Amino acid sequence: MTTPQAPLLHASGISKFFPGAVALDEVELKLYPGEVHALLGENGAGKSTLIKCLTGAYRRDGGTITLDGEDIDAKSTAESQELGIGTVYQEVNLLPNLTVAENLFMGRQPTRLGLVNRRQMNTQAREALLGYGLDLDPGEPLNSFSVAVQQVVAIARAVALSGKVLILDEPTASLDRDEVDLLFGVIRQLKDSGLSIVFITHFLDQVFEISDRATVLRNGRVVGERLLADVTQHDVVTLMLGRQLEATVQDRKAGKPGALLLEINDLAKRGMIEPFSMNLHRGEVVGLAGLLGSGRTETANLLFGAVQADHGKMLIDGREARIANPRDAVAQGFAMCPEDRKTHGIVGDLSVRDNIILALQARQGWMRPIPRAKVHEIAEHYVKALDIRLASLDMPIRLLSGGNQQKALLARWLATEPDVLILDEPTRGIDVGAHAEIIALIERLRENGMALLVASSELEELVAYSTRVVVLRDRHQVRELTGDEITADNIVHAIAAEPEKGAA
Amino acid sequence: MPATTPSLFKRITPQLLILAVVIGLNFLVFPDFFDVSFRNGRLFGNLVDVFNRGAPVALLCIGMTLVIATKGIDLSVGAVMAIAGATAASLVTDGYGWGTALLGALATGALCGFWNGFLVAVLRIQPIVATLVLMVAGRGIAQLITEGTILTFNNEGLIRLGAGTFMGIPTPIVIWLALGTLATIGVRRTALGMLIESIGVNEASSRLAGINSRVLLICVYLASGLCAALAGVIVAADIKGADANNAGLWLELDAILAVVIGGNSLLGGRFSIVASLIGALIIQSVNSVILLSGMPPEFNLVIKALLILAILVIQSPRVAHLIYMLRASGPERLPERQRPSVQEPKEDAL
Repeated sequence: MTTPQAPLLHASGISKFFPGAVALDEVELKLYPGEVHALLGENGAGKSTLIKCLTGAYRRDGGTITLDGEDIDAKSTAESQELGIGTVYQEVNLLPNLTVAENLFMGRQPTRLGLVNRRQMNTQAREALLGYGLDLDPGEPLNSFSVAVQQVVAIARAVALSGKVLILDEPTASLDRDEVDLLFGVIRQLKDSGLSIVFITHFLDQVFEISDRATVLRNGRVVGERLLADVTQHDVVTLMLGRQLEATVQDRKAGKPGALLLEINDLAKRGMIEPFSMNLHRGEVVGLAGLLGSGRTETANLLFGAVQADHGKMLIDGREARIANPRDAVAQGFAMCPEDRKTHGIVGDLSVRDNIILALQARQGWMRPIPRAKVHEIAEHYVKALDIRLASLDMPIRLLSGGNQQKALLARWLATEPDVLILDEPTRGIDVGAHAEIIALIERLRENGMALLVASSELEELVAYSTRVVVLRDRHQVRELTGDEITADNIVHAIAAEPEKGAA
Repeated sequence: MPATTPSLFKRITPQLLILAVVIGLNFLVFPDFFDVSFRNGRLFGNLVDVFNRGAPVALLCIGMTLVIATKGIDLSVGAVMAIAGATAASLVTDGYGWGTALLGALATGALCGFWNGFLVAVLRIQPIVATLVLMVAGRGIAQLITEGTILTFNNEGLIRLGAGTFMGIPTPIVIWLALGTLATIGVRRTALGMLIESIGVNEASSRLAGINSRVLLICVYLASGLCAALAGVIVAADIKGADANNAGLWLELDAILAVVIGGNSLLGGRFSIVASLIGALIIQSVNSVILLSGMPPEFNLVIKALLILAILVIQSPRVAHLIYMLRASGPERLPERQRPSVQEPKEDAL
């Protein structure tokens, strides 16, 4: 395999800061000519930020990028394209209503006497695509072809424009197996012609099928670069999910779970999560583990009524509960901090005070406004208890840092004194300090007898606070770990246990 | 509530300043503008006229403010005015009392509002499209009610709603001031205001926080329909007849403009009914300037457009930023400009 000469593209020490968070911390990426390089990491690890820094969509805050030994500093995607770095995204960014040929030659159409020479353009387009093993009529509109063909057209355009580095951002996400094969054929061909290809995907099988080398990111840092021929899927999953927090696992307090609170029987929703059964007791933290897309978030949403189940039932204190929407769930004593804080959690332009009081007020109904003094008392109480750092309770919540936003959301729900608290990725995108505080809070709430369900991609975290862990894979409940079984190793094993071939 | 009075005043200061300037213009072109007299048990004067003539838009903008706060818009209010006026007129010409006519008109307005709300909240049609339906169809419905004619009437009770007085003050003024006060108290002394704002800012988050956004959205459009119906009755009562083609024509745009001049964002969120009402007064004062200046009527619309444009330019973010920068570049320069992006994460890590 390839370990020769100097890298074609070498990014080193790349840093990128966002308000309140370090998105990339001295990241290094080496691309050798003629290799497919997989970029791996869970959501929020910094893959897309890194890509955006490479293509000039973001300006980096530190570090250097060299291409062919020369320093480059693209200020826009157009500039990086000219330098030789082309990108193809999951959603094809072409113009679906124009013809294939027009898309290929957009902005550089062959002309005659100042007019577009349509015949020549179509001929050239057909030849170009034949080179990729596609025999089609380039005069047809792009949207009359499958997504895979559109991807290939996008790749052909990117290669024609740039031709040194090709970045493929989740190109296979919406393709079926045959289409993936078609695409991989094209990728291999480009690789043989000496292009460097960056391949981003969540499908590990595909990574091992097509890539030579992988760089794994976690929390904005490179945690390893591996030649894929030397490692197993298991090693890669371990790297992605991370292990270094292991020392902090405290011995779980022997506190036995309290009374049975919630029974879930075969709850399911077609296309989102297969039948799912579980019991939840007071004073218990059940962790939901699994890779991205395994059904963690879907399970949380289903329990909270954000998505309606089409199968199965739920019993609360032994009585069957109908939860058709979040309002029902709140009335039944549920609370949920969603995965996507910005779009589903905070109400950005409202004050921190209003955000904290929102769920309680919604439950009370508009007719019974919570008195101003009481609102102030509740808000002050949680700001102090959760150590939310802010300039004023009247400032819009969107101005807070991620960690403080998350704490304010927790305050919103704790104010309703819920029986069941569902947390979906409670520590994603949060700085280290707030991270530890939230974990301590989970522990405290459990000791006070609350039932918690926590979905997280951070294994050490799950191991640290869960009294039980349910492992999900491909939308199926695959394993339940209790007591001493709860280790990061066991979770990784359950997640990576031989996936059926071709299921991706 | 000590915190709100100063903050409300701060919120409406720009609108009050603009109103003062436009009223000043009125005074310039017509020095007798402030003369108010009391004759035949009624207040007379140009200032009174501004408040009186501004009533329809003021009423519309109360409902419109709420709708816009939810990130919506209601284009149908002008047409709903025509429908409500036609309903009231046809009820009194059929021999019913003015009370029945008023209730009938309000019921029609509520129905129209409910229809809009249903399209927006349940069928999830974009508000601008959903309300466009009734905007276009509404005048047709009104014509069906009036059977294509201008339906005139002589019912004293109904006429009093548009042309009568209450303790010497023209009834329309009393009605919009009362409704404005009622609506303000209704949204601010209950949790309604906050819940409406929450939906406008982020409906997904609001729903997940347990807010019944569907019902609230329907209620907001219902309120807008009711306000429009009331405005329609006043306009019909004023001219003693229901004109299906012209009653409330283009007033939806004036109402939206009043809300915008009131400093409310068309993107939803925080709102102030008081500020919108001042916006409505500003629009009417602009109309008054044009009228009083004795300009040939052909110029009216163009001059109105220019004045409104000036008001909006003054309120635009660019100009606001410019004013801010002019102030900031006074004796002190901004100190913290050295390393803006690197500082922020550090602050947080403390």
